Amino acid sequence: MSTFKGLVLAGLLLGSWAHADELGPGLGEPVSHRALSEMDFTVLPNGDGLPAGQGTALLGSALYDQHCASCHGEAGVGGANAALVGGVGSLDTDRPLKTVGSFWPYAPTIFDYVRRSMPYPSPGILTDSEVYSVTAYLLFLNGMIKEDVVVSATTLPRVNMPNRDGFVLGER
Amino acid sequence: MPIGDDAVAGNGLLDRRLFLKGGLVGGLTLLSASAHGVERRDWMKTPGSSLSDEGIPSPHESHVKRTSIRTAPGTSGSGISSTPHEHLDGIITPSRLHFERHHSGIPEIRPDEHRLVIHGQVERPLSFSLDSLARYPTVSRIHFLECAGNSGALLMPKPIQGPCSSLHGLISGSEWGGVPLSSLLNEAGVKSGARWILAEGADSSVMSRSIPLDKAMDDALVALYQNGERLRPANGYPMRLFLPGWEGNTSVKWLRTLKVVDEPAMTRDETSKYTDLQRDGSSKIFTFEMGVKSIITKPSPGLQLHEVGVYPISGIAWSGGGRIRRVDVSADGGRSWGEAALDEHVLPKSLTRFRIPWRWDGGPAVILSRATDERGEVQPTRETVLGARSAAGFYHNNCMQAWRVDPEGTITHVYI
Repeated sequence: MSTFKGLVLAGLLLGSWAHADELGPGLGEPVSHRALSEMDFTVLPNGDGLPAGQGTALLGSALYDQHCASCHGEAGVGGANAALVGGVGSLDTDRPLKTVGSFWPYAPTIFDYVRRSMPYPSPGILTDSEVYSVTAYLLFLNGMIKEDVVVSATTLPRVNMPNRDGFVLGER
Repeated sequence: MPIGDDAVAGNGLLDRRLFLKGGLVGGLTLLSASAHGVERRDWMKTPGSSLSDEGIPSPHESHVKRTSIRTAPGTSGSGISSTPHEHLDGIITPSRLHFERHHSGIPEIRPDEHRLVIHGQVERPLSFSLDSLARYPTVSRIHFLECAGNSGALLMPKPIQGPCSSLHGLISGSEWGGVPLSSLLNEAGVKSGARWILAEGADSSVMSRSIPLDKAMDDALVALYQNGERLRPANGYPMRLFLPGWEGNTSVKWLRTLKVVDEPAMTRDETSKYTDLQRDGSSKIFTFEMGVKSIITKPSPGLQLHEVGVYPISGIAWSGGGRIRRVDVSADGGRSWGEAALDEHVLPKSLTRFRIPWRWDGGPAVILSRATDERGEVQPTRETVLGARSAAGFYHNNCMQAWRVDPEGTITHVYI
C-alpha cells in the first residue's frame, strides 16, 4: 500500500481506534499540563509550539561565531560539517547542495532543530531568544530576511523558504 | 559428483537441493582413530577454564567486529558502525554486532528516571515507567532493521571497494520484544482527526520523527528486549520505538515522548535528511518502507577463494512489505539464474537466509542475487533505482549487487 493510501485509510479508521477497548493493565499515570509544557520541544511547520522571545541576525552573528562556526564554518560555509548557507537553485543540477537555505521547507524547523539538538557539544545552552537570533542569522545569511528583522513566534512562520513546495508524498 | 546433471544455470551454478542430498561432501574423508590408540589434542588433556558470568566469542574470532565510521567530524558519537555480514550466518545478528547509527552519541539513561509520555491529541496524557511497561502483555517478533542509508554507496558513479559490511552493514536481524504501541495509544485515547505521531528520543539531539498513526496502530512496538535481553544502550535502552519493515531512523531509540498530532511535524530528520532527491529538484518524502532486497554475503570481497571447487553461495534477503518468496542467483552476471534454497525461517519483514551451491572452475565469474517478496515485488536493477533520482540521492537503495570473482579467486565489487 502506498503511504498516501495508508494515510487515507488511517483517517477512515480513526473513529474505531479512539473508542477501542483497553487491553493492557492500565498503568499509565496522568501527566499535568505544566509537566507537558516543560518537556515539549515540538514546533510545527505553522509555528505552533514556538515559545515567547525574539531575536535578530545582528545578535545571532556573535552567537553563531561562538557556538556554531567551529563545525559549520564562518558564515555557514566551509566547515567540516553540514553547510548551512547557499545552494539555492542547485537542487536540479548535477551538483545539488542541500542547505538550510536551499532545502529546508519551513523556517520554524530551524528553530526546532537548533533548540533540540544544537550546539552539538552542549544542546540546551542557548535561551529561546538566543535560538531565535541564531535562526535569524541563518535566514539572513541565506538572503531570506534582512539583518534587523525581529524574529519571533509571530514572524518566523511567515518567512518564505525557497524549497517550501519541493517535497512530494508518494512511492519511491 | 554428478555436476553435469545438477547444473541449474551457467558458470557452475548447481541445484540448491544438492546441499540437502549431501551430494557435496564427497571430498571429505572421515577421521578415524589412529592405529596406535586414540589421540588427545592439548585441550583434551586437562579440564578447561572455569565458568563465566558472560559469554564472549572465541579469541580466534576476534576479527569479527563492527567497523565504525564517524560521519560528523569533530564528534565521537555521531556516525555508523556496520554489521560484518561476511562473517555471519543465519538470520539473527548477535546483539553485539547489530549495526548502529547515532546522531548524537549513546546516552547513559538511568531507567528509574526515564519515562515514556504519550500526549498531544489524546483524551488522557499518560506517563509510563519501564517497570509499568514491563507489566503489559508483550509480544516478540523476528524482524530486520535497516538504515535508510544502507547500500547507498552503490549509487555512486563507480563501484566502491570494500568488504560486504562496508557497503551493506547497516542491516541487521533480531528478535524484538515489547509492548504493542496500539495498546498504549488506546489507553491514552487518540482523538478523532489525529493522523500522525511525533516520536522523540532522549539522546542529546532529542531526535524526532513523525509516524503515520496507521503504522503506530498496526505493528509498531515499544521494544524493551532484543534477542532475549533488555535492549543494549546502543539500541535504545531502556526502550525504543520499533516499526517493522520501515527505515531504521523511524524506530526512534531511547523513546521519551509520543505526541499525537494532526499533521507531520516536518522535522529536520524527515525533510533535510531521509528524503529522496530527484533529478527535477523535487524530493520524495515519507518513503518509509524498505524495499525487497538481497545481498550475497559469501563469497564476498575479502573472502579469498583459494582453489577451484564447490562453494556455497549464501546471503540474506528481506522485504519491508512482507515475506521473501524466492531468491534467484546468477554466476554469469545475470545471463542465467538458479533458484536458491531458503532456510526454514521465512518470516515477514525479517532477514531470510538463502543458499545455493556453486562450482568455481577457476575462471572469471560475476555472482549476484535477486529477491522477490510475497507481493511479487522484485529487487530492481541499479539503473531502475537510479531512474529519476538525483546523483546526490543515496537513501532507500535496494538494487541488485554483483561481486566479481577473478581467476586468482579475489572478489571485488562491480556494476553490471
